[in-house]
Amino acid sequence: MGKITLKHVNKSFGEVAVIPDINLTIEDGEFVVFVGPSGCGKSTLLRLIAGLEDVTAGQIDIDGLDATYLPPAKRGLAMVFQSYALYPHMTVRKNIAFPLKMAGLSEEEQEKKVQNAARILNLTNYLDRRPGQLSGGQRQRVAIGRAIVREPAAFLFDEPLSNLDAALRVSMRQEITELHQTLKTTMIYVTHDQVEAMTMADKIVVLNAGNIEQVGSPLELYHRPANLFVAGFIGSPKMNLVQGAVAAAQGADTIGVRPEHLDIVESGSWHGVVGLTEHLGSDTFLKVVLDTGDTITVRADGEVGLRHGDRISLAPRPDRIHRFGADGKALA
Amino acid sequence: MARATSPRRKTLTTIAAWSVALIIFFPVLWMILTSFKTEASAVASPPELLGADWTLENYADVWSRSDYPRFFWNSVVISLGSTLLGLAIAIPAAWAMAFVPGRRTKDLLMWMLSTKMMPAVAVMIPLYLLFLQLGLIDTRIGLVLALMLMNLPIIVWMLYTYFKEIPGEILEAARMDGAGLIKEILYVLTPIALPGIASTLLLNVILAWNEAFWTIVLTTTKAAPLSAFIASFSAPQGLFYAKLSAASTMAIAPILILGWFSQKQLVRGLTFGAVK
Repeated sequence: MGKITLKHVNKSFGEVAVIPDINLTIEDGEFVVFVGPSGCGKSTLLRLIAGLEDVTAGQIDIDGLDATYLPPAKRGLAMVFQSYALYPHMTVRKNIAFPLKMAGLSEEEQEKKVQNAARILNLTNYLDRRPGQLSGGQRQRVAIGRAIVREPAAFLFDEPLSNLDAALRVSMRQEITELHQTLKTTMIYVTHDQVEAMTMADKIVVLNAGNIEQVGSPLELYHRPANLFVAGFIGSPKMNLVQGAVAAAQGADTIGVRPEHLDIVESGSWHGVVGLTEHLGSDTFLKVVLDTGDTITVRADGEVGLRHGDRISLAPRPDRIHRFGADGKALA
Repeated sequence: MARATSPRRKTLTTIAAWSVALIIFFPVLWMILTSFKTEASAVASPPELLGADWTLENYADVWSRSDYPRFFWNSVVISLGSTLLGLAIAIPAAWAMAFVPGRRTKDLLMWMLSTKMMPAVAVMIPLYLLFLQLGLIDTRIGLVLALMLMNLPIIVWMLYTYFKEIPGEILEAARMDGAGLIKEILYVLTPIALPGIASTLLLNVILAWNEAFWTIVLTTTKAAPLSAFIASFSAPQGLFYAKLSAASTMAIAPILILGWFSQKQLVRGLTFGAVK
């Protein structure tokens, strides 16, 4: 079991309200990603759930029980830190066994569980090494191993992949997703990388300035962003946001069109000049300066023949235009 | 970062370093040499070196006239006892200051250090009277307490500096893994900070061993350590330089040997965190 409920949780550091008021339910077995820009309060929220920070007001329930004032050790949660936070003076075996030792398990039981975790994470050959003798990916696996052996109610991940190189990040991302499918335990994952959020989550919580902007599945957020912030944050490259007469024509203050929802046509409603082009092989991203002065991104075919300075005409797909009011909220 | 040095520059640096080291070490060397001279040779003017009369008589004299092993044992108990007691108090204190600092932690640290700037003689009378009332005069436990209190600010400061270098996330991980405060300090913080703790221990043993003011003021015979042993050789009849030197050499020899063997650890501990 691992259902976590936050009721009117708020956190202030002195005069600064980092998290003004949050209500959120994380269902048992869900993979939830907290995503948002730096300083949005996502890590603080995770630390409040972990018990590493005290809430200023509100209540945190874990499996229906009030855990607001329980110390971290009593919450039955395991955490994987950005810096791995391995114990440098212990071998991999002792690192993984540490929570079991704290729980008072016999040496035999400890060894059995350590071996099992090591097998799942391909660490069997490294059990007698110290963290300093491991690569970044291996260290992160040890940190995950240390979390797994506890059989926690939920796993908390605080930007666990940000210290890894790009290739390793992709493979570790897949490993964590597979681990979730195997263990079926609740996972809360904090990241500022919306690609990680999109690829891993069952449910994404988009945070901005300590407030929840939107909660939903990756595709819900992608197709139906609730406001301009979510629209601009989810999706790579970013959604094109255009104001002025073009938006007014759609009855909105701002309209948003994703780069892949703009077609290059003979005569469309938008006209502009190609600026920078980025060839990725499968796709080409074109920066287009519209006649209205707005710069937008267009995703085109990988073999498109357009070059800097070419004049083009674009047609946004009508059913893919997102309309936003003056308050930034999506219009129905 | 490595820096290229020419052989000439290297030679000059070596000569300069040796010169400074010899200047610092010279009084100790002179004391050791004097301890092997006769009394007449020790006070000769101009000072004698090559033509001096060498003898081991001073050591035999000092050994027979006093109970060196008792003084030595007192020194061991007092310096180690005060340091270990100090560490037991300072580790939790430094933990709190390094990992859960309050708004006044920096002020508190400065205040603790400022007590070291106070001349010891200023508190001599009140402390002496307090010790007299508590029956702690000329007891080893009394000196352990006194020296522990004198050195506590230094122990806390040193440990605080080492602890600040340890990432807080490691301790948070221990908390998440089910460790309470005591287990967190025992199993995680202390082993990680061991080089720092070891050098703090060594430095404070040396400080306590060399302490001469309180050990002389607060002891008479029973609990007197080696610093009082040296003082006992400055007799009212006059100074016997050769014997005084022999006694001093016997007093500093153990700590000199300890310092020599642990110098790597000391340097490593004292420069901890200075370079990453």
